[in-house]
Amino acid sequence: MTKSCNFALGKKSVVKSMADLVKIKRGLDIPLVGEAAKNIQTASKAEMYAIVPDDFHGVTPKILVKSGEEVKVGTPLMCDKNRPEINFVSPVSGTVEAVNRGERRKVLEIVVKSDGKFDAVDFGKLDAGKMDAQAVKETLLKSGLFAYIKQRPYDVIANPEVEPRDIFVTAFDSAPLAPDFEFVAEGEEAALQAGIDAIAKLTSGKVYVGVKADSKLSLKGCEVVKFQGAHPAGNVGVQIANVAPVNKGEVVWTMSAFDLLLIGRLFTTGKLDFTRTITLAGSEVEAPQYVKTVAGASIASIISGNVKKADHNQRIISGNVLTGTKVSAEDYLRAYSTQVTIIPEGDDCNEFVGWATPGCGKFSVSRTFGSWLFGKNKKYNIDARLRGGERGIIMSGEYDSVFPMDILPEFLIKAVIAFDIDKMENLGIYEVAPEDFALCEFVDTSKLPLQQIIRNGLDALMKEMN
Amino acid sequence: MEKLRKYIDKIKPNFEPGGKYAKLQSVFEGFETFLFVPNATSKSGVHVHDSIDSKRTMTVVILALLPALLFGMYNVGYQHYLAIGASESFITTFIYGFLAVLPKIVVSYVVGLGIEFVSAQLRGHEIQEGFLVSGMLIPMIVPVDTPLWMIAVATAFAVIFAKEIFGGTGMNIFNVALITRAFLFFAYPSKMSGDSVFVRTSDTFGMGAGEVVEGFSGATPLGQLATQTSGDVVLTDIVGNTISTWDLFLGLIPGSIGETSTLAILIGAAVLLFTGIASWRIMLSVFAGGFAMSLLASTFASATYPGSFLTPVDHICLGGFAFAAVFMATDPVTGARTNVGKYIYGFLIGAITIIIRLYNNGYPEGAMLAVLLMNVFAPLIDYFVVESNVKRRMKRAKKGGTTNE
Repeated sequence: MTKSCNFALGKKSVVKSMADLVKIKRGLDIPLVGEAAKNIQTASKAEMYAIVPDDFHGVTPKILVKSGEEVKVGTPLMCDKNRPEINFVSPVSGTVEAVNRGERRKVLEIVVKSDGKFDAVDFGKLDAGKMDAQAVKETLLKSGLFAYIKQRPYDVIANPEVEPRDIFVTAFDSAPLAPDFEFVAEGEEAALQAGIDAIAKLTSGKVYVGVKADSKLSLKGCEVVKFQGAHPAGNVGVQIANVAPVNKGEVVWTMSAFDLLLIGRLFTTGKLDFTRTITLAGSEVEAPQYVKTVAGASIASIISGNVKKADHNQRIISGNVLTGTKVSAEDYLRAYSTQVTIIPEGDDCNEFVGWATPGCGKFSVSRTFGSWLFGKNKKYNIDARLRGGERGIIMSGEYDSVFPMDILPEFLIKAVIAFDIDKMENLGIYEVAPEDFALCEFVDTSKLPLQQIIRNGLDALMKEMN
Repeated sequence: MEKLRKYIDKIKPNFEPGGKYAKLQSVFEGFETFLFVPNATSKSGVHVHDSIDSKRTMTVVILALLPALLFGMYNVGYQHYLAIGASESFITTFIYGFLAVLPKIVVSYVVGLGIEFVSAQLRGHEIQEGFLVSGMLIPMIVPVDTPLWMIAVATAFAVIFAKEIFGGTGMNIFNVALITRAFLFFAYPSKMSGDSVFVRTSDTFGMGAGEVVEGFSGATPLGQLATQTSGDVVLTDIVGNTISTWDLFLGLIPGSIGETSTLAILIGAAVLLFTGIASWRIMLSVFAGGFAMSLLASTFASATYPGSFLTPVDHICLGGFAFAAVFMATDPVTGARTNVGKYIYGFLIGAITIIIRLYNNGYPEGAMLAVLLMNVFAPLIDYFVVESNVKRRMKRAKKGGTTNE
């Protein structure tokens, strides 16, 4: 046993010393139709924008504005009741239209009617080089951009009071139909560098930036690590696990480079700019392409005129098909979303004895359907059906094949279901986020809600530990 | 199909809670999802899913069993006509076997699925598909002359005590089909071994009546080994002709219905491996374990254990070895679940099968007991694999040493 341990550790250190390229062998790129063409269209100006408290997992919203109040870009709309220093700000200037509440007065969304001017709160001249950690942190907290920094363990908005061991930034999104970060960030290299300079102040450890294997980014003041392989190579959790895994008691902060651009813009101009270039993709989109819009913009303003006319139901997702949120055209682009995907809902089709048909058009990782005949380059139009009933875990090795960490996903899931804290810790609960289990959930024959299981497990664990 | 769908939608309310037939809800749902792919869409988590589900998985396994089953049917007829000295056409031979095997399949499914339906309804679950495979395996691993009532009793025992009390499909510790077989073996030993059960000498539904030829012996090759006392191993078929390794591989020899033809089983193995349903790690290592153990045994061959004079290839083609390797050991629920564990689990099944077969004269075949024994140890094997993962994590934490709390 000792021998195998040494071997594994030896392997790890090899990866570290060749820090420029990490090959991710396990994973899956789901071949969906409707990839965005590389041209950017500017979305029609939305009238309404909103922030949705549900996006910020674990935050209890305290509303700071009343409807009718004038706001600027950067005016706090709400804060976290438990940590009031964490603000969530308006992405546009205008007037607060409404604070919509649901059952038991839960805040669903804070809607701002745009005046079209994007007047921004002035944060003055900011030079990260001359600021100390405290000043940078305060700026981020005040400007609402701290909400884009998450932490492991627990995958929630980072606790600003704990200094992280390291900060990990993923600078590519490997999810299905996701935008190409380096295409989106073209012309904003300075802002990206400014963002890295700013967050580098927040840790005495390193800032790791995970980029794709053929990346052309040149960044300073951080450790750039190249990753090669299929999704989830772009997941920050996978990058951490392959570079410097999180041990019990350690905290690392994570963020996406798409969000780092927002920080970078603040530090270069002194003003917030929530402009986002996202992909509008999926089989139900007329002309899949990149769209320039603003965080929190109404979905209608992004998709109108570009959705296929169809008799069947369609599902609009803010985000990608693995981790995104189901929305309607009346909803808003969610805070962390960098794409809008539209796929068929599928609830209106009835497939006769599907378990027995050859299934040449059905995608499966296994070769149990005729579709393997068409090779790996065929793209599929996959709808939102579960395609089976929920079962106990039957097949083994399915999760492992798409889970590129030194963690045994099935055993971790079982420990979480049993809520055996010792086992969860031992099996690596502190290293994972729900998104890391998204592909496992996709390939699962038993159709179990794995992301939900992990989310509940992390929440319960956090409650238990703090 | 539209009409059928409409009809189902029309009668559906009767089966929902409060409806006239609410007690049959699970059965109704079972049939509904059998006819139509459920069109429930995802509510949380991922928005798209792989097309595979457990129905498809089980369908593929049954498909993989077909070559061995069809060959088994033919072989039942072949052995019968050989025994009575008649030579019949291919079709007649197959039909004889078909008629002999079909009632067993029907009994196994009716009893097993009946219990599944009832327990699904009691628990308020959907009907699960696991027994579709077990129900096909059971008739394939029994001798052709096993009485139907015994199959019914054994199936009921296995489904209730090996599966349902543990929580149903996916929760069982032992392979359900093998528990059926073990129950038969230990409860009715005279009917499950010996020379009189593996070849049907009487007629089936009035077909193929006749007297057995002179010199007939219904002993399987492994049965012959078990009773052998000298070192000169000569295996014969039921009318006394010597059989070669090639005969063992093709499978026109007496034995349990589905287990005789290594060729047909390997076709099934190819289907399982190609589709990715069965673990190649387990399958490969069972064969490796069996091969290694019989190689070792033949190196130290002794007349006390006549089987040790056979070559490893003979051993792999004999008895239930290949069938167990391909269809029993690879059951994901009862086997090892970690990748490393699968190698160990499979290897030990192969090795133990040969050990029991060669060195324990009480049991002519060891595959069944080896798989059941390793079913017990699979969680232990996994435990050690998981522990080594945990230790690695601990060590890493100590090495890193930096904490910020």
